[in-house]
Amino acid sequence: MGSPAPERIVRFSGTVRLAHWLLASTFFVMLFTGMCLYLPALSRLVGRPTAKAWHLWSAIALLVGIAVLLLIGNRRSLTGVVRDADRLDQDDVAWLKGGPRRLFDHDDAPPQGRLNAGQKLNTMVMLGLMVVLAISGTLLWLGERDTTYRFGGSVLTHDLASLAIGFLVMGHLYLALVHPTTRHALRGMVVGDVDRAWAERNHATWAMSESVQSAERNA
Amino acid sequence: MTANAPTPRPGGRPIGRAAFLGTVATGVGSIALLSRYSGSVQAAIQKVSAAVPGVNQIAPTAGWRIYTVADQMPTFNAATFKLKVSGHVANPVTLSWSEVDALATETQVTDFHCVTGWSVDKVHWEGFRARTLIDLVRPAGNARYVTFVSTEAPYVDQLTLAQFTAPGVMVAKKQDGVALKQEHGAPLRLVVPAMYGYKSVKWVGEIRFDAKRADGYWEQNGYDVDAFIGRSNGLTGS
Repeated sequence: MGSPAPERIVRFSGTVRLAHWLLASTFFVMLFTGMCLYLPALSRLVGRPTAKAWHLWSAIALLVGIAVLLLIGNRRSLTGVVRDADRLDQDDVAWLKGGPRRLFDHDDAPPQGRLNAGQKLNTMVMLGLMVVLAISGTLLWLGERDTTYRFGGSVLTHDLASLAIGFLVMGHLYLALVHPTTRHALRGMVVGDVDRAWAERNHATWAMSESVQSAERNA
Repeated sequence: MTANAPTPRPGGRPIGRAAFLGTVATGVGSIALLSRYSGSVQAAIQKVSAAVPGVNQIAPTAGWRIYTVADQMPTFNAATFKLKVSGHVANPVTLSWSEVDALATETQVTDFHCVTGWSVDKVHWEGFRARTLIDLVRPAGNARYVTFVSTEAPYVDQLTLAQFTAPGVMVAKKQDGVALKQEHGAPLRLVVPAMYGYKSVKWVGEIRFDAKRADGYWEQNGYDVDAFIGRSNGLTGS
């Protein structure tokens, strides 16, 4: 046998992971069909009515799926992520001020909670963009059926919000799959737990509170 | 189990919800503002995207969007193409592509506006005018409407005879110097620059001179019959 298995701590519940992968899969269906609807070069790839149907039904599947997870899943763990993402403390503000430099020099990062400040803002801005896409998308759908709901700004807003969320997801994919100090986080979103040593380096505040809690439980 | 335990309430300020609400407010404000000022915003974005290479491929106002109502776009075959000109006319005809291609054409440069809010400026069109067709088929006195039937079923729309013969209206076979591309309605599309694009029927396969008014595809969904830019579909002249 090689070295002993590293000690792990749980970062994301099954409900949170399910919600994440439901979002990821419906997002990519909406991105692909959206590009077919948007780019003339792709307009012949998928028929417009078919692309529209997939685009709309994935949005509905996402909404229904999240509603089901909130009803029968571990609701507290799901809302817990949003609660975590909501509050930024002094360390978070300092972390953000360190800015892009931290991509290259990670050593003196201020200690972070379960989500670092970037992840918090990314989560909240992404949720906001999803609401914007839902509102403008609903208006586009209604406007096709009744010109009362047709506003010249809906299609532009839907496009701009899609571009913005596309860039955020590209950054997210880079950090989750490529960037050396953050890509271990993928494990947390796939199996739920992460190496304690990694958490202590990158999410020290959280790792410490986890130790205190497990010590209290064992006491 | 650890994930189920409550995360200790983090201190700090609710900056996250501010970011969330700010994003939503920006989006809702953008729907409202862009609905009012989409013209000037598009012009600004176009200026930026023209200056930065690559951006014009993805910028939201870079040009055409392809709208269709069927999954399959009609395919043009010059050997089998037929343009039927029918209805209340003295001389109904069915033209082959070579006959259509031989009709006298004119060129024009006009802007194209879609009712959903996007526009393409200065499109070069080449095609034949209503007058050429009217001289050929000689409509009867009661032919007050002209119906354009798309080969992309069930798309159809109609103009009054006066609207069809108005300046700037043509049945185009070339766009920006080349034969119409499939997604733009090859081989023939109507061009009505004074009206929103849904009146400019693509893939025209039949032109019918009618005595009665009938709703087109979008009119059946509540869109205005007279789709004049800036003064139809809920917009008033400014």
